[in-house]
Amino acid sequence: MKRPEPVAVIKQRREGLLRGLVAAVPYIGFLGVQFDRRGDELTAIMPFADSLIGNPMIPALHGGATAAFLEVTAIIELAWSTLWDGMEADGAVPEGVLRLPKTIDFTVDYLRSGLPRDAYARARVNRSGRRYASVHVEAWQDNRSRLFAQATGHFLMPPPGHEG
Amino acid sequence: MSDVHALARQFIDALPHARALGMVLEEIGDGRAVIAMAYDARFIGDPMTGVIHGGAVSALMDTASGAAVMCHPSAPLSTATLDLRIDYMRPATPGQTIRARAECHHVTRTVAFIRATATDEDETRPVAMATGAFTIDRGAE
Repeated sequence: MKRPEPVAVIKQRREGLLRGLVAAVPYIGFLGVQFDRRGDELTAIMPFADSLIGNPMIPALHGGATAAFLEVTAIIELAWSTLWDGMEADGAVPEGVLRLPKTIDFTVDYLRSGLPRDAYARARVNRSGRRYASVHVEAWQDNRSRLFAQATGHFLMPPPGHEG
Repeated sequence: MSDVHALARQFIDALPHARALGMVLEEIGDGRAVIAMAYDARFIGDPMTGVIHGGAVSALMDTASGAAVMCHPSAPLSTATLDLRIDYMRPATPGQTIRARAECHHVTRTVAFIRATATDEDETRPVAMATGAFTIDRGAE
């Protein structure tokens, strides 16, 4: 057995992979979405900004901003969980531009209007096969148990041996 | 003509997120709306190919759908998305404007049902299609 790696090395590798994934996608930066990591658990955060408002009368988050936030969260979670095992087994962090899963379909369920506050989301990969994956994602604001939106999507996985 | 353009601009200007995405309302009336979104490198979702993120296409479809509901002849006071399902049929060609055409095909007193199609410059092959349900607020009746 190898000696366990120092925790700082492990953390640096995990953070590096996550930051690399997120930084590669311009639209994530456009929305201002960030990711918080605890072990392998990711929480997406969309800090409130005026540019996310749909209806200024209420005011409420734009349904499209909410949909985009959920889709971004689902794709990053799926890519992250796919790369996690390789990274943990032999420290494999892919180099070069990452090939991300492609959305096949995405269904958003709007449960209540999004308030002009920060929003949070977590995704769960319900099924991840060689070619297809199904992901569920939930978003909330002030209370974890009071979701304001949820979504389910199907994704096409990038072909294996893609890094480079 | 300029009145129509002014109204269209007002509609988008009233929606900060639609304005942030550079959406342009091209047609509206009788439960139908057409909204265009020019290609912008900030909206890229796939860094390998430069294809626009599905989330930006969702926002475009949602905006066009909401606009179609608001201009339905039954004249709702306001609307909000209940549910929106989008099928992504092919990646939009990088560099091209994406245009969403939404139609409010049925309304009840409380709900509007919509269909929408997104295309790039090749209008014979849709990029994405959507179906959705929207709330209808008719005020105190």
